[in-house]
Amino acid sequence: MITFTVNGRSIQVAEGTTLAAALLNNGIVAFRNSVTNESRQPLCGMGICFECRVEIDGEPHQRSCLITVREGMNVITGG
Amino acid sequence: MDKRHFDIVIVGAGPAGLAAAAAASSSHMSIAIIDGNSEAGGQIWRAEKGSRSSAASKLISRINERKVEFISGTQVFDAADSTLICERDGRRLEIGYNKLIISTGARELFLPFPGWTLDGIFGAGGLQALVKGGFDITNKRIIVAGSGPLLLAVADYLKSKGAKVVAIIEQARSGSIRKFARSLWHSPDKLTQAAALRARLLGIPYKTDSFIRSVREENGEKIVTVDNREYRCDLVACGFHLVPSLELPSLLGCEIKDGLVAVDERQRTTIDNIFCAGETTGIGGVDRSLIEGEIAGLAAIGRDEEARKLLPKRKAAHAFADSLNKTFELRDELKKLADDTTLLCRCEDVAIGAVKESTSWREAKLQTRCGMGPCQGRVCGAAARFIFDWELDTARPPIYSVRLENL
Repeated sequence: MITFTVNGRSIQVAEGTTLAAALLNNGIVAFRNSVTNESRQPLCGMGICFECRVEIDGEPHQRSCLITVREGMNVITGG
Repeated sequence: MDKRHFDIVIVGAGPAGLAAAAAASSSHMSIAIIDGNSEAGGQIWRAEKGSRSSAASKLISRINERKVEFISGTQVFDAADSTLICERDGRRLEIGYNKLIISTGARELFLPFPGWTLDGIFGAGGLQALVKGGFDITNKRIIVAGSGPLLLAVADYLKSKGAKVVAIIEQARSGSIRKFARSLWHSPDKLTQAAALRARLLGIPYKTDSFIRSVREENGEKIVTVDNREYRCDLVACGFHLVPSLELPSLLGCEIKDGLVAVDERQRTTIDNIFCAGETTGIGGVDRSLIEGEIAGLAAIGRDEEARKLLPKRKAAHAFADSLNKTFELRDELKKLADDTTLLCRCEDVAIGAVKESTSWREAKLQTRCGMGPCQGRVCGAAARFIFDWELDTARPPIYSVRLENL
């Protein structure tokens, strides 16, 4: 199992899980907030829609559907 | 900044790109295959926890043996002077080529309908990709909707992962689907596949002539209105068949005709030394992509004679693709799915009502910022092209959002 942090909460997932899948499994509704403040989740699952953007280790706008969860990753959603 | 150079560079490691690499690797030329994902296989052969289909593994091991370099996690965002300008791990990477094979594939067409931006509403292939990535859908009630043969494959996959597929909602008419099914008698392989799929989906209503009118939320459930009926479910997987990913060929100046890259029988585009294979030249599934990829790979290393021998297979694959696309052609009513307040552009939150007075895609972009967000119109551009019959602009760099310092 891999342990990482989402919005300050420690979460464990199976190795090889994509970050988008891990966030969905943990009930994250707002991956990001849109310009009119709607919460958004991934649409395409393949890196083209940019709806699944989150902040990872201080780096904003990372597409969570393209990233596999790494040990100790610090993720902030709803930005 | 890093710089590399290869005799042949292939962009996109799906079936077409892998087949091209395998065919070209019979030469002594240096070959690289670039992909934005971390693994080869493209969307159709997306690996699931390390395992993938045997067809994919066979091709991938063949190109590995022959020392084709796979450059993963790499996004091409610009191109100049036979060089692709990419971003990899946040750094700029330039990859030069003598010959380029573009096999960037396709993506789902998403059409806006009231409620499509709610949580729990995914693309059809989109949800499948997320589940392959580890999204647990056990016991979730799911409506699979939109159009195309992908819906059946997705429903089958979701069911195998423990979901309860409530219904499959297909916009195409039952008459045209029956006609298409009958034509499969000419291709026994496909018929066997279709029959097996049908058996596995037994008990799931397949509603043709139907489409989602709207989705709303009520007590944590999704209420999906399909024609005059309401369904309750947890998740929706909706995609309206596929559209080619044309940003790179368009940026490079390859001629685009009727929304597809124009190629000759050897997969050559209108630009010297640039070939194109797979769904960028026409939506038609894995067999079509494999044969076009093989032809492109052979043509790129000058083995035109061998490439020519594959033309009958190419012709058959094209004929199948044509009948497929005709069967699932989108009906005009889908242009009216969205109301004025429904968002068209999800990046900039631009509603349909704000763009509908525009006379062109360019005007809509300039007036409303529609298509100007991070996805750069990949979602709303394709939708606008269908809804308003607008021609899309030529792609301009950067074709992907990248870090400022890499531009």
